[in-house]
Amino acid sequence: MSAKHTDLHTRSMTELAAGLDKGEFTSVELTESLLARIAEQDARLNAFITVTGEQALAAAAKADKARAAGDAGALNGLPIIHKDIFCTRGVKTTCGSKMLDNFISPYDATVVEKMADAGAVVLGKSNMDEFAMGSSNETSFFGPVRNPWNLECSPGGSSGGSSAAVAARLAPAATGTDTGGSIRQPAALTGTVGIKPTYGRVSRYGMIAFASSLDQAGVITRTAEDAARLLGVMAGFDKRDSTSIDRPVPDYLGSINQPIKGLRVGIVRQHFDAGLDPQCGERVKEAIAVLESLGATAVEVDLPNIDLSVPTYYVVAPAECSSNLSRFDGVRFGHRAENAEDLMDLYCRSRGEGFGDEVKRRIMTGTYVLSAGYYDAYYLKAQQVRHLIADDFKKAFADVDVIAGPTSPTPAFRLGDKVDDPITMYLNDIYTIGANLAGLPGMSIPCGFVDDLPVGLHLVGAHFAEETLLRCSHQYQQHTDWHKACPEDFK
Amino acid sequence: MRAGWEVVIGLEVHAQLATRSKIFSGASTAYGAEPNTQACLVDLGYPGVLPVLNEEVVHMAAMFGLAVNATVAPRSVFARKNYFYPDLPKGYQISQFELPIVEHGELFIHNDDGESKRIGITRAHLEEDAGKSIHEGLDRSSGIDLNRAGTPLLEIVSEPDLRSAKEAVAYMRKIHTIVRYLGISDGNMQEGSFRCDANVSVRPQGQEELGTRAELKNLNSFRFVERAINFEIERQIDLIEDGGEVVQETRLYDSDKDETRSMRSKEESHDYRYFPDPDLLPIEISADYIETVREQLPELPDAKQQRFVDQFALKGDDADLLTGSRPLADYFEAAVAATAAKPQLVANWVIGDLSGALNRDGLDIGESRISAAALAGLLTRIHDNTISGKIAKQVFEAMWAGEGDADAVIESKGLKQITDSSAIEAAVDKVIAANPGQVAEYKAGKDKLIGFFVGQVMQATKGQANPGQVNQILKEKLRN
Amino acid sequence: MSLSKDQVKHIAMLARLELSEDEYAESVKKLSSIVDFVDQLSQADTRDVVPMAHPLDTAQRLRPDVVIETDQRDYFQQNAAAVTEGLYLVPKVIE
Repeated sequence: MSAKHTDLHTRSMTELAAGLDKGEFTSVELTESLLARIAEQDARLNAFITVTGEQALAAAAKADKARAAGDAGALNGLPIIHKDIFCTRGVKTTCGSKMLDNFISPYDATVVEKMADAGAVVLGKSNMDEFAMGSSNETSFFGPVRNPWNLECSPGGSSGGSSAAVAARLAPAATGTDTGGSIRQPAALTGTVGIKPTYGRVSRYGMIAFASSLDQAGVITRTAEDAARLLGVMAGFDKRDSTSIDRPVPDYLGSINQPIKGLRVGIVRQHFDAGLDPQCGERVKEAIAVLESLGATAVEVDLPNIDLSVPTYYVVAPAECSSNLSRFDGVRFGHRAENAEDLMDLYCRSRGEGFGDEVKRRIMTGTYVLSAGYYDAYYLKAQQVRHLIADDFKKAFADVDVIAGPTSPTPAFRLGDKVDDPITMYLNDIYTIGANLAGLPGMSIPCGFVDDLPVGLHLVGAHFAEETLLRCSHQYQQHTDWHKACPEDFK
Repeated sequence: MRAGWEVVIGLEVHAQLATRSKIFSGASTAYGAEPNTQACLVDLGYPGVLPVLNEEVVHMAAMFGLAVNATVAPRSVFARKNYFYPDLPKGYQISQFELPIVEHGELFIHNDDGESKRIGITRAHLEEDAGKSIHEGLDRSSGIDLNRAGTPLLEIVSEPDLRSAKEAVAYMRKIHTIVRYLGISDGNMQEGSFRCDANVSVRPQGQEELGTRAELKNLNSFRFVERAINFEIERQIDLIEDGGEVVQETRLYDSDKDETRSMRSKEESHDYRYFPDPDLLPIEISADYIETVREQLPELPDAKQQRFVDQFALKGDDADLLTGSRPLADYFEAAVAATAAKPQLVANWVIGDLSGALNRDGLDIGESRISAAALAGLLTRIHDNTISGKIAKQVFEAMWAGEGDADAVIESKGLKQITDSSAIEAAVDKVIAANPGQVAEYKAGKDKLIGFFVGQVMQATKGQANPGQVNQILKEKLRN
Repeated sequence: MSLSKDQVKHIAMLARLELSEDEYAESVKKLSSIVDFVDQLSQADTRDVVPMAHPLDTAQRLRPDVVIETDQRDYFQQNAAAVTEGLYLVPKVIE
C-alpha cells in the first residue's frame, strides 16, 4: 500500500467504505490523511473546537484489526465528526460555550456510542452556535465558523462547524442537531446534505438539551446515500430517552434506489412570497421541475398557519431552554465564578460570565413567557398555535408524500450582517421551523447556486417517512450534479 | 379553642416511596450512604441526561389513591417547578401541577368529640426529592449531598377540613398508617421519609372567609405537629386581637423553644413558572391496571379495625390500637389463632404487657423478644388455669429475658397454680384463724373484706393459689 | 410592547443572570422587540385548541424498579470546582 492516495478527502462515505473493503487503503491511512488536511485547512474555517487525533488513530487501528478479523461494523473505519453538543466520554464537550469550556464529559451520548460500536473513527468535535442557539455560527465562544464557499460568509448554524467541515472535505460526514433548522439551514448554505429525522427517531440521550420537544440529532453529508447509511446506524429506540420511539429502523440504504414515479410533491403557497430571494426561488422551482421529470407530480398545498411558526418557535424554544439551562450553575461542573460572596453571587456571576449574549437573551425570553401573568398569553398560546401548525401538516400529508420548498430565504449571508437584530436572524429559519414544531422529518439537498453560493431544496415528510425523503433526494442526485460541486479553495 | 375563634388547618404530607431505585434514574435510594455515592448523572443534572419513570412509583401512587377512595387519573402529566437552590441540581424539580395522578380522596378520623369525621384529600402527586445541604463544619461553605436527589415522593394534600391540632395529628397518623399498611413508605420521620407541613389560619367563629394562612415547616414528629399548630393558633389570635394582621409566610417550628419563627431567608414570592416537562410523556393508566391494583390491595386499617371488632368482639379502642400497624395487627391475629384464650385477653396482653416491654426496650413489634406463638402459649396457660393472670406477668418477664417458653418457665420456677382444694382450704383455714377481728367484721356485714382475705391467702401461697377457688372456699368457710 | 428595565431586572434575577448596565440597555431593547414579534400569536384563533406539549402522541414508558447505577462519585467529581469529603461546596447558605 505504498501509493499515497491524495483524493481520499473527495470521496463519499460509500466510496470510502468500498475502498476500505477492497483494501485500497487502511483506516489508519485514511485517518492520517484527513487529520493532515484538517491541520492544514481548518485555520481558515475554524470548524473544529477539538481535534481528537490520538483517539482517532487508535480507533482507526482498532477498525483495521476488526476488518481483518471479519468483524467489521456498518461504519468500520469510516471518519466522522461529532458536533460539540454530543457528550463524548473523556473528551472536552463544550457546546460552543465558555460555560463548558473545561467540561470533560464522563459519558458518551447514545449517538456517539452507536457510531463507535459500528466502527466509526471520530476526528474531532465541531464548532457550533453556543448551546445550539443561532443560525450563523456567530454566537460560539470559540469564534465564528467560515463558509468554505466564501470565507467572508457564514456557513449557517447552529451546526456550522459540521456543515463547513463536510463542505470543505475535511470529513465525509458530521453529526448535527436541529431544533429549528440547525442541520438543514447550514447544509443549504454550504451545499451539503442535511437530514433531521422524525422527533423520537434518534435518541437524545447525551445530546445537550436546548429545546427538548424540538431537538433532534441528524447528520450532514455530501450525498443522500451517505445520509441513509449513517441514519441507519444512528436511529433506533433508546430506553434511556423517554421520548425515544420504539419502532423498527427500516433499511434506508436498501430503499433509496426505488424510483419516485408517482410521488406527490406538495408546494406550499405561502413559501414563495416576498421574504424569499427570487433567485433562490428559481433554483428551487428548477429542482422541483427535475423531480417532475422523474415522474413526481407537483400539487399545491396550503399551510394556513405557517406564518406563525417563527413566533411560535420563539416562545416554545426559549421557554424550554430557559429551564434546561438552569443546571449550569458552577456547582457540579462547568464555569464557576471566582470568590463568590454568597449563593446568589455564585449563580448570577457564573451564569453571567459563562453564557454569551444570545443565550442569555433566550433564557430571559423563556423566563418571561413562562412567568406569572404571561404564561397563558405566551406559552400556552404558542402550544395551541403549534397544534394548529401540526394539524395543517397532517392535512397536507393526506394529499402529498413530501412537501418541497426552499430551505433558506437567502444564500449564505456575510458574517456580521445579521447580528444586530435578533428577529432578522430568527427569520432565517422560516421554512425549516415548521417541521420541528410538528416533529416531522426534514432534509435539505443542494440544488444550485446564486452568486456562487449554494442553495438548498427543502423536503419535509410525514412522521417516520425518512425513507421517502432519502429516496427522493437520492433519485434527484442520480440526475443532477449539485452535490458534487466543491468550493474552489478546498479542492 | 379560644372562645369566638375557629382554626382552619390543611396538611401537606410528603411520603418517600419505598422503591429500590429513584423515580427517574436507576440509582439506589438506600438511606445512610456516604455523600454523593448514590447520585448518578441523571440525579446530578448533568448536561444531556434524561429522566425515565420507575414503574413501581406509579403502582404505589395508584395503591394510595385506591386506599383513600380517590380517583386515579387515567392521564397525568409531569411538570417542571423552576427555582434555584443548591440541593436542586437541575434548577427545577420534576413534579406534577395541573394533572396529578390522584385526586378527590378522603379518609376518616375521630374528631375531638370521638365522632367519625371525614377529611377530604384534594390530591396526591408524584415528584422527585431534592438533595441535602450541610451547613455546619465547613468554614464559610455549605456542603451538598445529592444522594437523596431523585428519591420518589408522594405529596398528599388535604382539604382544609381540619379544625384542631388534635384532628391534624389524627389525620397525619391515619395517613402514616395507610402508607405503611400499603408498604409504599416506611413512614420514618427521623430519617425524613415522612414529612409534614401545616397550613394554619384562624377566623372568627361563623365567618366564612378564610383568614390569612401561615405555612409551618420542620414538623418531624406527631408531637411537634400538635405543639407547633397550637402555638401558631395562639400566636395568630393574639396578633389579631392586638390589632395586627397575619402575614402569609413560611414559619419554622423550633422544638427547643416550642415556637414558630418566620423563616429568615427573604422570600421573594417564588414564581415557579410551571410547564409540562417536555422530557417526559403523560402517564396513562388503564381501567384494567387500576382493577389489578385494587385486587392486590391489602386489607386496609379501617376495614381491619371493623373486622377485629366484629370477628373478635374487641372494644373499638383496642381494635384501633391493634390495627395501628400491619405488623402489630398480624402479630395479634397470629397469637389469637394459636390459643383458645379469648381474643380480648390476647388484645389486653398485646396492648398492655407486650407493648410496654417493647417501648421500654425501644423495640418495634418485628423485634419482639416473645413471638406471637410464644405469647399464645402463655395465654393458653392462663386460659386453662395452669397459672393466674398475675403469675403470668412474672412468666412473661422471664420469657422476655430469654429464659424459655411459658411451660419451661412455669416448670423451672414452680409457678403452677395451686388448684388442689385441700391445699387451698388449708391456707384459708390458716388465714381465718389468724384474723379473727376481720372475720367478725365480715360476718357482721362488711362484705368488702373478702378482698383482704383473698389477698392474705394469695400472699400465703406466693400468689399461686387459683383466685377463683380461693374466693369460693373463703366465702363458704366464712358463711358460718 | 416595551419591557421596562425593572421587568428585565426581575427576569434576570429569576434566571440568575448577572448583567452589566450596557447589557441591561441592550436587553431591554432586544427583548422588547422579541416580545413585540411573538405578540403576533394573539392573532390566531385558538378557541378549543388543545395545547401541544409534544410532537408525539404516546404515553410515558415505564422502567423496572431495579438499581443499575454504581458509585462513580470520584470520577464525576473531577468536573466539580469545589468539593470536600465528597460534598459539593457552595457559599454558606443561611436558612
